[in-house]
Amino acid sequence: MAMTKKSVDLTADLGFLKLRNPVLAASGTFGYGLEFEPYLDLEKLGGFVVKGLYYKPREGNPPPRLVETASGLINAIGLQGVGVEAFSEKILPELRRLKTAVIVNVCGADDDEYAAVVEYLDKQDGIAAYELNISCPNVKAEGLCPALSPRTTFDLVKRIKAASRRPLITKLSPNVTSIVEIAKAAEEAGTDAIALVNTFLAMALDLETRRPKLRNVFGGLSGPAIKPIALRMVYQVASRVRVPVIGMGGIMTGADALEFLVAGAAAVEVGTANFVDPDAAVRIVAEIESWCEAHGVAAVREIVGTIMVS
Amino acid sequence: MTIDRNARLREIRNWDDYFHLAIDAPEIGQEARPGQFVMVKVADGPFPLLRRPLSIHDAGANGVELFFKVAGLGTEILSRKKPGDPLDLIGPLGKGFTVTNGMKGKRAFCVGGGRGIAPIYFLARELGARGVQTTVFYGGRRLVDIPLRDKFEKAGIKPLCSTDDGSFGFGGLVTELVGLDLAKTKPDVLYACGPEAMMKTLAALAAKHGVPAEFSLESVMGCGIGACWGCVHRIKNESGDGWTKICEEGPIFPGERILWP
Ligand SMILES: Cc1cc2nc3c(=O)[nH]c(=O)nc-3n(C[C@H](O)[C@H](O)[C@H](O)COP(=O)(O)OP(=O)(O)OC[C@H]3O[C@@H](n4cnc5c(N)ncnc54)[C@H](O)[C@@H]3O)c2cc1C
Ligand SMILES: Cc1cc2nc3c(=O)[nH]c(=O)nc-3n(C[C@H](O)[C@H](O)[C@H](O)COP(=O)(O)O)c2cc1C
Ligand code: FES
Repeated sequence: MAMTKKSVDLTADLGFLKLRNPVLAASGTFGYGLEFEPYLDLEKLGGFVVKGLYYKPREGNPPPRLVETASGLINAIGLQGVGVEAFSEKILPELRRLKTAVIVNVCGADDDEYAAVVEYLDKQDGIAAYELNISCPNVKAEGLCPALSPRTTFDLVKRIKAASRRPLITKLSPNVTSIVEIAKAAEEAGTDAIALVNTFLAMALDLETRRPKLRNVFGGLSGPAIKPIALRMVYQVASRVRVPVIGMGGIMTGADALEFLVAGAAAVEVGTANFVDPDAAVRIVAEIESWCEAHGVAAVREIVGTIMVS
Repeated sequence: MTIDRNARLREIRNWDDYFHLAIDAPEIGQEARPGQFVMVKVADGPFPLLRRPLSIHDAGANGVELFFKVAGLGTEILSRKKPGDPLDLIGPLGKGFTVTNGMKGKRAFCVGGGRGIAPIYFLARELGARGVQTTVFYGGRRLVDIPLRDKFEKAGIKPLCSTDDGSFGFGGLVTELVGLDLAKTKPDVLYACGPEAMMKTLAALAAKHGVPAEFSLESVMGCGIGACWGCVHRIKNESGDGWTKICEEGPIFPGERILWP
């Protein structure tokens, strides 16, 4: 008997943005997208978030910038990048031909720089939304980032929302006492969505030399090691805010992604997995689809927030 | 660049901590140039998480060969693979050494230090096939650190060997041995791969003798495909000196562009 496979509706809805599927590639782990063209069809993704952009090109930190730890990766890249001008002139024209959502991760050394980035990019076509990276060290606040307090988060989100013509996703740092408080501050300030988590502040050292393994001493931990903590935070935030939540942290498989959706995320981002398998994000889409087929789920949207807590 | 998930280990042999792998991976083998590398997955699960970069030691229609020294958990796991085991490789990656048909009749010095000999074998073979007069210098700390002598000889290349402890060949650093030869004959080009200190000394020597030189740089690599910006080295560019991704623009760079730490 020939069985016709029922096709699963994979679309995701962020309200301001409809996605082909709920899988985005995460900022800083997917270059400017084009690096991955030899390995996957970018149009099979829900979209991707390009590497964090400051107004000016940035040097980044001296190496070593990476160290691997148990099921994780600590990075201290220092947000090296080409700046808005080169991005708009050299890279964005290439990205415009793609039928996929391109989201720009917006950085700034102070609130003025964040605003300048958005004002510049507002004049360019081909960007679906901004993802505000509020975890950038602030030069005027002893290197502390806006993500660390509800007040600075609120002020920055409010200012950028007002300055920009595009939907705004605020990406939270997990290195805070109460993630819900920060998420609420972003929501009150008018963010259209919340993404979490960025990396966890971490370090590794070499016992024999007693030196830190990263030249920068500290870095951000990502990968499977952080998944349970990320999942907890996504669940907490999704159950307390009304705006859509994009979940991430250690997603390696379709099952990992589905767990974040069940916990309340409307979409997910895949980060470190892209380094291990450059085609990981499309594999994850396929795995989500087969799981839905096997479980009689007609539309993946239906499982968002279906966590059963008694 | 291909992800070959159907690669298979054909043969594995070792000398002490040094391992040689012959791998069936035809697509990568056919495309590979000397100086390029592959990213090898070491575990099926999440630990160790990242692929490991290894130079292409030789390549042909059937696949690639790798040569490595066990350095930690990843290379140790690889060293325990058995013939017939599946492997997952991405490659060939990076830009290789400059090797052109126009080099016929020219003289080349190829220098490998320790595990840095890995890409030198493929390079020397390709240079030889193009009629380049090639001298290979092969240095290690002790005799056990220069296990590929026979392999070179079988390929018709007699390497000039050195050991730091004098247990085989020239007693002293390979850079001293190269220095003595540079004083006698000036090659048209010098290529090297090995510890940073060795390459830095060779860069200075080559510059002093006016010999163009290319070096294979190393760094911890997160992805190997230009996406993580983890693998940077200080390189002189048109726009000034900057942190340059060696997986993408390298790992081979001309000596005059490298700013050594
Ligand atoms: C382009 C390139 C080509 C290479 N080719 C070869 C080769 O042909 N043969 C060979 O033996 N080795 C080669 N290496 C080095 C090899 O990649 C490392 O030895 C390996 O990644 C170590 O992994 P591990 O898990 O065994 O050790 P780990 O436990 O990860 O590390 C052990 C030690 O090696 C250092 N290390 C980790 N990664 C690297 C790295 N990428 N480069 C240098 N040191 C590192 C660590 O800091 C630590 O001190 C190459 C490196 C690069 C970047
Ligand atoms: C090398 C590297 C660079 C990153 N760069 C950025 C960045 O520029 N902007 C940002 O918001 N997040 C950045 N991140 C964080 C990721 O986007 C993601 O939030 C985090 O890695 C957790 O997801 P994962 O465990 O799937 O990697 C970076 C992560 C890594 C590993
Ligand atoms: S290893 Fe990731 S950019 Fe070079």
